[in-house]
Amino acid sequence: MENLGLIFAPLFSYKLLIVLFFGTIFGLILGVLPGLGPTTGGALILPFTMTLDPLSAIVLLTAIYCAGTYGGAITAILINTPGTPAAAATCLDGYPLAQKGEAGRALGMATVSSVIGGIASVIVLIFFAPLLANLAYEFGQPEYFALAIFGLTMLASIGEGSPIKNLIAGAFGILISTVGKDFMTSIDRFTFGINELTEGIGFIPVVVGLFAISEMLTQSTLINQIFNRVALKAVKLPSIDDYKKTWKTIIRSSGIGSFIGVLPAEGGTVASLIGYAEAKRWSKKPEDFGKGSIEGIAGAEAANNAATGGAMVPTLALGIPGSATTAVILTGLIIHGVRPGPDLFREQPEFLYGIFGSMLIANILFFVLGFFGAKIFARITLVPNKLLWPMIFAVSVCGTYSLNQSIIDVWLMLLFGVIGFFMRRYGFSVVPVIIGLILGELVEGTLRQSLVIFDGNWLMFLQRPIVLTFFVLSLIALSFPLIKRKK
Amino acid sequence: MNDVHNEKGTNKSLSLFFKSSFIVSVVIIVISSILLYFTFTFDIVPPILNRGIQPATFPKALLILIITLTLLTYFISLKKPWKSEKKLPNSFYITLLSFVVFITVSKFLDFFLGIALLSIIVSYFWGERRVAYLIIVSIIFPLIVFVFFETILGLRFPPGIITNLYYG
Repeated sequence: MENLGLIFAPLFSYKLLIVLFFGTIFGLILGVLPGLGPTTGGALILPFTMTLDPLSAIVLLTAIYCAGTYGGAITAILINTPGTPAAAATCLDGYPLAQKGEAGRALGMATVSSVIGGIASVIVLIFFAPLLANLAYEFGQPEYFALAIFGLTMLASIGEGSPIKNLIAGAFGILISTVGKDFMTSIDRFTFGINELTEGIGFIPVVVGLFAISEMLTQSTLINQIFNRVALKAVKLPSIDDYKKTWKTIIRSSGIGSFIGVLPAEGGTVASLIGYAEAKRWSKKPEDFGKGSIEGIAGAEAANNAATGGAMVPTLALGIPGSATTAVILTGLIIHGVRPGPDLFREQPEFLYGIFGSMLIANILFFVLGFFGAKIFARITLVPNKLLWPMIFAVSVCGTYSLNQSIIDVWLMLLFGVIGFFMRRYGFSVVPVIIGLILGELVEGTLRQSLVIFDGNWLMFLQRPIVLTFFVLSLIALSFPLIKRKK
Repeated sequence: MNDVHNEKGTNKSLSLFFKSSFIVSVVIIVISSILLYFTFTFDIVPPILNRGIQPATFPKALLILIITLTLLTYFISLKKPWKSEKKLPNSFYITLLSFVVFITVSKFLDFFLGIALLSIIVSYFWGERRVAYLIIVSIIFPLIVFVFFETILGLRFPPGIITNLYYG
């Protein structure tokens, strides 16, 4: 806690403030554009971060994350299409309210509740991440293995796709991580004689392919789709009456979002759905939900933005991504030579608290930019897909090529784009693939090292209390969708 | 009457094979089985160097898990069918074809030319007919991206008929 003062350091660095400003604008643009969003945008911008120092690079990515999560609400409210999956619940009441001629009020509530949710979650991050990191000092290889397994089983309960399909996608992600030279024995696996594959399949070709290229293919099936846009005059701050109606919902959703965010692999999409459902359950007027309820907008938006800070907790403290976008941020950390985990808290507090402070500033920045600029950002959706997507393709190709200067990476990107398209078409979410890919090496590495420690005795896992706890939690995570279905 | 009943039954079982859940499950299981076969070709580490498990064990376990879960998904789909998907439009196949064009051109002719060709094909077949916009999308924007990556990130693009002109 003695490092709390470091939170204000970004305020005195003009370089970080510039990075934050551009990151927030870029995040808002990505959030507004349906099909893009902070995960794809973060992956596309990763190569550019190589020109920045590690702190600026991560600050840029986190600013994109915070602003992009909020930006999705603008399109959800004005054109009934969520800019990001996390804004899907916002459509339910945002668009009906906008249709009633109250688009400004809907956006005002979305902006205010997003900022409150976002700031609350950063406070959770500031206090909870160091505690979790301290706890991680108790972790050996078996504990990390159990933790990674817990993270993977959480995939069963993420919002998109069926639980079993999510697990298949997660296993596929881990399988991708096994391509290349085995890190313990240097034996080639799934390289098929291709030299470039001996180093393994990189994160960027997979993530850009699964998100950007598969979305391009999805957009190719929707070229005749017409959006009904609701006119926006100006964003209005919520009235006293609106605050009276929603303050409890905002506080509750901020708590829900932060908690869901902390859980490995969960993210803003799940948080917003639960935040919305709880807002409806506790509302005095649940019958208004789906017809333009201001509480519905507040419940969804506070929760999805609260998940941003929450998702950074396991990412920074344990190196386990809390969501798809934090998986990109985690890759950014690794690319820049920063290893997340307890040692980071002890050795580089100024780096961590710089991130915390920057996230707070990003929330304030997107409030200002969203409040005064929502009308301008909404106009970005007027850029036709027939012009937008070829441009995104050019950036995707060059960005993917740039990291290793490998044409194979570009082809892999296209291959994963096609795979991602068919996965989404048949109800498989692509997010578990990313989480699986990130956790794959950790799962296999810690399993094999644990077996060395245990001299090949698998039962030894069950003799460690933390491992046992994570295994029980994993069983609960696996059975949770079944319990939910029975209810 | 019995014949009619049998015929109906045959049609029903036949239609089962054309359901997306069946096709997707078969594709996943076939690919997984091929990969599983490959895991048996991985080198085996002598016991003295083997740390924990053989390099092939973990991928094998994953593939068996994928096959098992896919079978489970398929049997669940018999009770709760997947929602039927609309037929893919021509614009999808053209976009997919443009990927093939990009790969071919970037491999044998030029990386930049590949991007330009893909951009113009996609933009045109998605409905853009204005020449100025087609030029912006296929030449000017890729050129900006190319120069940006080349100068800011110091990236060297693969050689090709146009790229070589740029590099002199």
